[in-house]
Amino acid sequence: MNEITLNSLRPGECGVVENIATTDSTLKLRLLELGLLKGTSIELIRYAPLGDPIEIKIRGYRLSIRKEEAESVVISKV
Amino acid sequence: MTNTNSQIKLKNIAIIGNPNCGKTTLFNALTGLRQKVGNYPGVTVEKKEGKILFDDGSEINLLDLPGTYSLSANSPDEKIATDVLLGKIAKTPFPDAIICVIDASNLERNLYLLSQIIDQHFPVIVALNMIDVAERDGIKINVKELSKNLGVVIIPTVASKKNGIGELLSALRSTLSISTAARSWSLPEKIKFEHEELTSLLVANENFTHRTAYFEAQTLLSTPYSIDSFQGTYSTELLSHLKRDHDTLDALGFDRSSIFVESRYQWIKRVCDKSVTIKPKIDELSISDRIDTIVTHKVWGYVIFFSVMAIIFQTIFAWASVPMELIGGGFDWLGLQVGHIIPPGDLHDLVINGAISGVGAVVTFLPQILFLFLFLGLLEDTGYMARAAFIMDRLMGKVGLHGKSFIPLLSSFACAIPGIMSTRTIESPKDRLVTMLVAPLISCSARMPVYALMIATFIPNVSMLGIFSLAGLVLVAMYLLGLFTALLMAFIFKKFLLKGQSPAFIMELPPYRMPSLKNTILHMWERSRIFLKRAGTIILGVSIILWFLATYPKIEQGTPSEKLSHSFVGQVGHFLEPTLTPLGFDWKIGIGIVSSLLQREVFVSTMGTIYNIENGTDNSLSLREQIQKEIDPVTGLPKFTVLTAICLMVYYVLAMQCMSTIAVMRRETNGWKWPIFQFVYMSVIAYVGTFITYRVGLWIIS
Repeated sequence: MNEITLNSLRPGECGVVENIATTDSTLKLRLLELGLLKGTSIELIRYAPLGDPIEIKIRGYRLSIRKEEAESVVISKV
Repeated sequence: MTNTNSQIKLKNIAIIGNPNCGKTTLFNALTGLRQKVGNYPGVTVEKKEGKILFDDGSEINLLDLPGTYSLSANSPDEKIATDVLLGKIAKTPFPDAIICVIDASNLERNLYLLSQIIDQHFPVIVALNMIDVAERDGIKINVKELSKNLGVVIIPTVASKKNGIGELLSALRSTLSISTAARSWSLPEKIKFEHEELTSLLVANENFTHRTAYFEAQTLLSTPYSIDSFQGTYSTELLSHLKRDHDTLDALGFDRSSIFVESRYQWIKRVCDKSVTIKPKIDELSISDRIDTIVTHKVWGYVIFFSVMAIIFQTIFAWASVPMELIGGGFDWLGLQVGHIIPPGDLHDLVINGAISGVGAVVTFLPQILFLFLFLGLLEDTGYMARAAFIMDRLMGKVGLHGKSFIPLLSSFACAIPGIMSTRTIESPKDRLVTMLVAPLISCSARMPVYALMIATFIPNVSMLGIFSLAGLVLVAMYLLGLFTALLMAFIFKKFLLKGQSPAFIMELPPYRMPSLKNTILHMWERSRIFLKRAGTIILGVSIILWFLATYPKIEQGTPSEKLSHSFVGQVGHFLEPTLTPLGFDWKIGIGIVSSLLQREVFVSTMGTIYNIENGTDNSLSLREQIQKEIDPVTGLPKFTVLTAICLMVYYVLAMQCMSTIAVMRRETNGWKWPIFQFVYMSVIAYVGTFITYRVGLWIIS
């Protein structure tokens, strides 16, 4: 299993969340509560035109997060 | 289902839900126009209440809680929602029951909040909203089964079409249908045990209620911080107990920070597996997706964004000018009528020249504010606002702001008041404050009369490079100066004043929806009422004070110019002259600046009075001639030069010459601290900026 971070996906690529690796406990809780839990499938929809933030699809809805935060989402590529 | 709720008549109900779940539409459908908007004590979060009226005349108070994804209190809005449910907010009645609005098309994430509310043992009723969208997306929900599994009554609704509202109302009538559900999610045994133990310890020894202890125990068990950081908050016994808990759970290999969230989501999955079937869609790209590929496109995205903005501003100026003239005319008429009643004298002057014309000048801007809120409301409702923030975030991020700060700043080109009021969509309090602080630097429409007078008087109308006129370029330069300074100040404030990590930029991109005209109009009505009420009272006061200062002490003989020069305002103008000389201004301009503290465009009419222009209209030819003709008695050269004009414009770009903005800042920040700070910092940069412009200008000329 190759583990990468969410920000290294390309548009259209999918992954499965492994864990949230950050020391920022507020950010971690926020991402968890929004449903980015271990085993959740995640799709990178697009990058914003200027390269940041990114748009992802999880649990049937769309979320925009900055690359900086996406770096803390560890996923395994599907 | 446990019907612990007896036959107590419901008096206060709170409505809660995720952002974008249609909660506001449902709230409006239930309460109609019976709403009032205020603030929670001590914070800037808006408190919205309404009344549900039943046919028999009985009524229920409905409290609209801020949209939130959870009760973990990440933002001030969420903290309010949580605190209301814990009964911690003064003057806010503890709700007897909760209506939880759930977006059927986004069930899992919405059920998370519900599970936390069920945990609080509230009688709860679920409005399963946007059931039509869910069906369109191929999500089929067995409502009966879902209700059984959740243990609460569920009413399917489509709030935008008023479907299910009648059912929801009758459910609210029969208290039996609102029940307290049992907690049905479960933790792994070991954690469950520790959690229960800690909860009872908190209740027994630390003055917690059952309700608050339950959540506190979760926070304490899942905290990544060391026990030492809680020193002083809890007893040593509790902390050593907690330390043992942490060690035990860590040794067993639990990820304490995620276990509570994960357990809830596992419960949600079990519930959904039993009651929801999702038909995979054949149609790969939804309409929303197709719109997004264009709206967030590298080129078209920005073309669309700036076109939308250009159209909005064009329309605002075109549409608002007629009602603005009508309101202005109305106040003139009112002044005339009142003038007939009150005999000439001081009272006559005070009422007509002080109160009526002062308040009139401010109310004239109401149409612009209304139209701006109409468009902002539509952009928000359709879902476009989130896309605008998405494509602008990178640029705003460079100065430390949030994508959502862009629209308020842009709105400020029309008027800083709606700009400041629309910062409510920014969740981070720091980002919101910084956006509010810099918004008045953006050149608003009230600066236009000042720019127009100065440019028409002093900037020769020659063309540059064949296409641009010099006058136009100077005007653009003033707008850019304001924008640039706003971004620079935002950067400085974020870097030095409001230091510290901003919360992450995590924003939902909701599917595009048809906007609701009713929501938008109610929103416009609320905003304009706030503006008229709060700004109106302060402005009435300031208008009267300024009138007084511009009238007294009186001299019986003399031209209006001499009278003004002799008044307090005139004296202040003369008094300020030594401080204004370094900027290239004389006492006459000083009077203009002082008298336009209320409203920038007053400068033009004051200059008219000073130069003895009878009926001097804005930008009138005679005023321009008078200003141009004036000779400095000492040097024998024209007193007013191109450089003076440019300095004056720079001053008006940067200075906070608007009482309405100050009044709105006071309301939005809930105190005088920030409006005073804003006034001071803008005055300082206006002075320094004008000084530099004057010096550099002199140096270039010589």
